[in-house]
Amino acid sequence: MTESPYVIDDRETPRFRVRRSTMVASEILDEERRQIFDRSWLYVGHESEIPAPHDFRTRSVGGRPIILTRHTDGSVQVFINSCPHRGMQVESRPQGHGRFLKCFYHGWSFNTEGALVAIPDEASYGENFDRQNLGLVHPPHVASYRGFVFLCWSADVVDLETYLAGAADILDLFADQSETGMRVIGGTHLYAARANWKLLSENSYDGYHALTTHHRYLAMLKASGKDLQSVFRSSGGTPALGWDLGNGHAVIGGSDGSGGNNTGLGRDLSGPALVKQIARRDRFAELYGADWADRMFSGRNVVIFPNLALVDLIMGITIRTYYPVSPDYMEVSAWSLQPSDDEPELRQMRQENFLTFWGPAGLATPDDIEALERCQKGFAAHDQAPWSDISRGMVRSRPAFNDELQMRVFWREWDRRMTGTVHPLEGPALPRSGRLALPYVSANQ
Amino acid sequence: MKGTTEAGRTEIRPAGRPDLRGQVEDFLFYEAELLDRWQLDTWLALWTPDCMYLVPATDRAEGDPDVDLFLIRDDHFLLSQRVASMLDGTAWAESPHATTQRMITNVRASEVAGGVIEVHANFLIHRSRGGRCDAYPGRYEMRLVPGGPAGLRILLRRAVVALEELRPQGRISIIL
Repeated sequence: MTESPYVIDDRETPRFRVRRSTMVASEILDEERRQIFDRSWLYVGHESEIPAPHDFRTRSVGGRPIILTRHTDGSVQVFINSCPHRGMQVESRPQGHGRFLKCFYHGWSFNTEGALVAIPDEASYGENFDRQNLGLVHPPHVASYRGFVFLCWSADVVDLETYLAGAADILDLFADQSETGMRVIGGTHLYAARANWKLLSENSYDGYHALTTHHRYLAMLKASGKDLQSVFRSSGGTPALGWDLGNGHAVIGGSDGSGGNNTGLGRDLSGPALVKQIARRDRFAELYGADWADRMFSGRNVVIFPNLALVDLIMGITIRTYYPVSPDYMEVSAWSLQPSDDEPELRQMRQENFLTFWGPAGLATPDDIEALERCQKGFAAHDQAPWSDISRGMVRSRPAFNDELQMRVFWREWDRRMTGTVHPLEGPALPRSGRLALPYVSANQ
Repeated sequence: MKGTTEAGRTEIRPAGRPDLRGQVEDFLFYEAELLDRWQLDTWLALWTPDCMYLVPATDRAEGDPDVDLFLIRDDHFLLSQRVASMLDGTAWAESPHATTQRMITNVRASEVAGGVIEVHANFLIHRSRGGRCDAYPGRYEMRLVPGGPAGLRILLRRAVVALEELRPQGRISIIL
C-alpha cells in the first residue's frame, strides 16, 4: 500500500481511492497550476489550423493568451499574445490572416516570427534602443509531433517525444490515417462544464459508463439497424484493454481484426462507403502492415497527461482539451480531425456520426456533462463522504477497456506531481513500438 | 430574404410578404409553446420526413454541414431519436426536464419557389434547471411548407446561436 493525503493505492485488497477534496479545494487548484499545468507539455493546436503562411489562431493555453501562426518560411510559431511594450493583447480575433500583427494601443508591429518590425517615432527612444529584444515573447518550449503542436511554460522539462513516451505511438495511429495529412475541419466546439477538470480526464476514457450514461445513444444505434453486439464483440485481433503509456498517459483500445469492416460506435456504413473504407484499410495495411492497420481502424481513447484527450470511435476523431477556471468550472475546446483526402462518402459518414455522439449538443456529450456536474454537486459533502473509488479491474492481470486502470495511471502521476508520492506501476507501461512512421506530410503543403 | 452579395457579405432584404407573417408567427408561437410544455411528440409531427435541423458551431455561423463542424445536424431519424430520449427519461441532461421559456420575435416571411416559405426570426430561450439559469439567444433561418395539422410544416431549421461560445451554458440539451 502506498498513500498520500489524496490517493490510497492498496494493492492487497485491492482498492484505489481518491480524496474528493482534490475536486473542490482552491488551494489544490493553485498547486495544480504550479505543479501540473506549468510543468507539462500542453496542446496548442494542430498545424492544419494555420495552413498558409501568416494564418493565425489565438487561444488560451495553460491560462495564458497565445498566438499560433505560420511564418513566411512555413515554420509554425507560437508567441505570448501580449505586447512587450505595455502588455496589451496584440490580436483579439480568434483566427485570421496577416503578415503583421499590430498592437493598436501604441502601434507597435510584429512579424509572424514575433520580431518587432515597426514602432511609431522610434527616434524618441534614443540610439541605444534595442528593438531586437522587444519582440513578442516565446514560451520556453514549443514543439510539434506529427502535426500536433505543444508548448511548455517551464524551461525545465524533457523534450516532447520523451514526455509523450508510449503516447507518441498513439498519436501516430491518428496521424497515419491519411497519406496527405490529417486536418482539423472548420468550426470548434467551445463549451464548459460546472465540474472539476479532472473529471473530464476520467470521463474521456471511461469505458464503464457507456451502457448506462449513453443508453440513449445506443438506443439510437439500435433503431438505426445496427447490431449492438458487434460494437462490443471482438472478431479477433487484440481484445480492447487499458494501457499505461508512461508519464501519466493512458489509452483504452485494441485491435478488433475486422479489417476495417466496422464503424465502431457509429451507424453502419452504406455499401459504397464500406467499400471505400475497406480500400483505405487495405492501403494502410500495405503501407504499415496489417497489425498497425487493424489498430488504426479499431478506435481508441487516449488522455495525454494532464488535459488532452483524443478519441477515435472509428466514425470520427475528436481532439479535446480543457482547463479549470475554478475548482468547479472548466472550459472545454474540441475539434474534429479528418483525413484531408477523405472520400465524400466517408466524410459524410464522419460528419454525421461525429455530431450524433460528440459535442455539447450531441446524443452523448450532454449526458457526460450532466454526470460530471452531478459528481461535482455530490462533492459538496466531501468532508462527510471523502473518497471516490477507482478500483475496477485491479483484480485482473490485464485490465479491460471498461476497467479503470487508465484513471489510476492518471491519478498516480497526479499524486507524484502534487505530493511526490511514488505509487508503483500496476504493470509495465506500453513502450513505444519503435515503428518508423512514414515521413510526416502536412495536409496543407 | 437572404442572399450573398458579390463582396461575400450576407445581403439583408426587407420582408417580401408581410401578409404571410401572421400565419407564420402563429405557427412559430405554437411550436414554441409545445416545446416549453415538453409536448415533443406533437411538436415532432410538425416536421416533414425529409427535414433537417441544424445548429452551426458558435465560431462558424455560416458553416456548411457537409464540410464544417456543427453542433447539430439531425435528419428526421435523428431528430425523432433525440425527441424519444427526451421523453423517456434517458436524456439525463434533461431528466428531469428543464423549465424553459421561449421568446420568438422579429419574424419576417417571404415566399420562395414552390410554395416554400422562407422565415427569419429571432429567439431567446431561458432554461432553468439544477440551480442555474442559462440564456440561449439566436436566430432562426427556416423553410416551411404548407400542410400538416398546424397548416405548416418545417422542412429546414437552422438555429444560429448568437454566442461566441457555449460558456457558461455548456450544452444544448433542449431543442432550439
